[in-house]
Amino acid sequence: MKNNRSITRREFLKASGVGMVALAGTVGLQSAANRVDQQAPGDEPEETNLGTVGSVDHEANGFTPHEILTDYDYGEVSQENGRTVRQWRFLALDKEIEVAPGVYFPSWIYGSETTIESRRAGHIVGRVPGPSMRCIEGELLRIHFTNAGSHPHTIHFHGIHSARMDGVPGLGDGVIRPGESTVYEFEAQPFGCHLYHCHALPLKRHIHKGLYGAFIVDPDPANYEGEQHEIAKTRNHQYPENEDYHEMVMVMNGFDTNFDGDNEIYAVNSIAFAYMHEPIAISREQRQRIYLINATEFDPINSLHLHANFFDYYDHGTTLEPTLKTIDTVMQCQAQRGILEFSFADFEPGRYMFHAHQSEFAELGWMSFFDLT
Amino acid sequence: MEPTERPLTLSAIPNWILAGLPLLLLLALVAGFLLLDPLAIFGSDGPPLEELTVQRVVFPEPDRVELSVVNGGPETVTIAQVLVDEAYWPFTADPDNTLDRLERTTLTLAYPWVIAEPLEFVLITSTGATFAREVEVAVETPGFDIQTFTSYGLLGIYVGVIPVALGLLWYPFMRRIEKRWMNAALALTVGLLVFLFVDTSLEAVEIAEGLPEVFQGIPVVIFGTLFSLGVLLAIGSRSDGGGSAVRLATLIALGIGLHNLGEGLAIGAAFATGATALGSFLVIGFTLHNVTEGVGIAAPLVRRQRPAYRVFLGLALLAGGPAILGTWIGGLAYSPLLAVIFLSLGAGAILQVIWEVAKLLWHDARQRDQSALTWLNLASLAAGVLVMYLTAFLVKF
Repeated sequence: MKNNRSITRREFLKASGVGMVALAGTVGLQSAANRVDQQAPGDEPEETNLGTVGSVDHEANGFTPHEILTDYDYGEVSQENGRTVRQWRFLALDKEIEVAPGVYFPSWIYGSETTIESRRAGHIVGRVPGPSMRCIEGELLRIHFTNAGSHPHTIHFHGIHSARMDGVPGLGDGVIRPGESTVYEFEAQPFGCHLYHCHALPLKRHIHKGLYGAFIVDPDPANYEGEQHEIAKTRNHQYPENEDYHEMVMVMNGFDTNFDGDNEIYAVNSIAFAYMHEPIAISREQRQRIYLINATEFDPINSLHLHANFFDYYDHGTTLEPTLKTIDTVMQCQAQRGILEFSFADFEPGRYMFHAHQSEFAELGWMSFFDLT
Repeated sequence: MEPTERPLTLSAIPNWILAGLPLLLLLALVAGFLLLDPLAIFGSDGPPLEELTVQRVVFPEPDRVELSVVNGGPETVTIAQVLVDEAYWPFTADPDNTLDRLERTTLTLAYPWVIAEPLEFVLITSTGATFAREVEVAVETPGFDIQTFTSYGLLGIYVGVIPVALGLLWYPFMRRIEKRWMNAALALTVGLLVFLFVDTSLEAVEIAEGLPEVFQGIPVVIFGTLFSLGVLLAIGSRSDGGGSAVRLATLIALGIGLHNLGEGLAIGAAFATGATALGSFLVIGFTLHNVTEGVGIAAPLVRRQRPAYRVFLGLALLAGGPAILGTWIGGLAYSPLLAVIFLSLGAGAILQVIWEVAKLLWHDARQRDQSALTWLNLASLAAGVLVMYLTAFLVKF
């Protein structure tokens, strides 16, 4: 924040005023001391604790951060010429969302027909972060995208595809104007923890307004042998081994509510302090897996620090062996992502904190708890 | 034509209708605007223009901060969240966190502030707009009790009464010097006052710039200055004539008194809102800076019969006493708007005094068929400005 420190006469007066009262005698100080002594126990100020006041109306937003954690959008699966095809119907929408209690942000958001919110509502409901698309490597993916917003948008996937399918202005169908549609089609490659986002210009604004989401490609165990085959099964949502893991999607994001190029609010899955006020329930029986994606704008990096425990980290999720072992803090640049795996098996029950270790981000909303039972 | 058969003319309409008709039409116009909204074509349904100002930050006790907030914008504003040093912090609002136009509220936070360190507060409204307020130094704000009240009073005496009284003590010496040197002393007084006028006006403008737009701070400064100048000129012209030396001294004392009231306000407010103790040498600096005010008051009395001692006492209290009042108001009930009003009234008063003293010099010169603008007088005037400028070094950082 800017700080213009030209000293003025008024500032002097402020300073000298105190000096002169000191000179006027110690009466003032004595009276101050008396006041403290006289304070009754009942007058004690509440225990100081940071955070927001009030609560967010999740119903009006159309999504809840706790559902976003575990709601995977598998789309609709069909067979074409012996090949598995997975299809989604996506919309881009304008929607004002409440990102901290009482603070509303004019957002641009993605919605899909097959999310929990849309199924419940019977029509496409948008959310930030966008639907957590989940598929299996090698499948043919087809995304029917219609722009129901007021500005041109695209969907640009971090994955392997042709130039036409890149979802950037000037390539293929380019930007999709309001009311227009397109289809993105490509093979799910490579397996890992990826993301998609709007690539219309100006890029910074289109992303920070809320057009981003998780794009998770599970490995196909058939492609791997031995130990890797077994690991791939735990990562693939169609295998029972996957049930041993409690999987969560966490998209680190921020909101620049006053549009000055600096975020006022940081969070995972959009709502400031959502998992601090209502911790995420986890159990000792399951291993924990976080698909962590950094969609923060303006700040070059974001991070996750886990309290009282360590985790293995798979950068981009594109390997079956950890790229970093036994760490408790991981840093991601913009659009970087990865998979965290850890266990609270022998821990005593209680609340375990995790947050950005940029203290500023933490105190501006990116602070959370696990509640271990 | 029968005299009773008058055609319907304007003169037939009763006065009250003629007086009320424009008002009635005005009312209809306003109602029409509000109901039909003919300006909707300009897109007046855009996002509201919000404006919040934190007028005062008080640290009543450890772990507690209070912010006085006023909505100076055209729209109703809801304060959704409060940031302290870039961290969200719970708060309560009394009476409410939704403010109509010109409405005020007090936000209370349980924040563990650190003594003598700066703090930044940011209010986030429901639309995501932010309004910041910095506190240079956090210091516990004194509460209301007789001892604090006494301390503020003593503060005012140090800033106001003592320097002026010391300056007046030059009176016997000034009586012994030659007439042309006495005129030089008057010119010196004009110089001092010119400096005080510029200083007071700039101070008023500076605070005015921090006021919410709706209060129109700069016009308040200009018209406050003109108003007090006008009133004092009218008073001056009404009683023109005998005993004008004491009258002039009284007017000078009044102008300086209003200036010192403004200074007292700022000092009291500063102490109440927190600032670090920079040391008692500043008091000495202030005394040096303000002692010349006493010389200015004494100057017009030199060529007359010595007034009674109680006149001097009265002049010292008139010029210095308002500083005491100022520290009380500033310390216990500070409002920037009030400070702007007092400072601009002071500026106008000083301007009027400059006029009176200059007139005195001019009359004297005319009696002797000389120009009032001698090199000596000019040099004295410049010296007056210079003395104020240099002694201000002690009190400006």
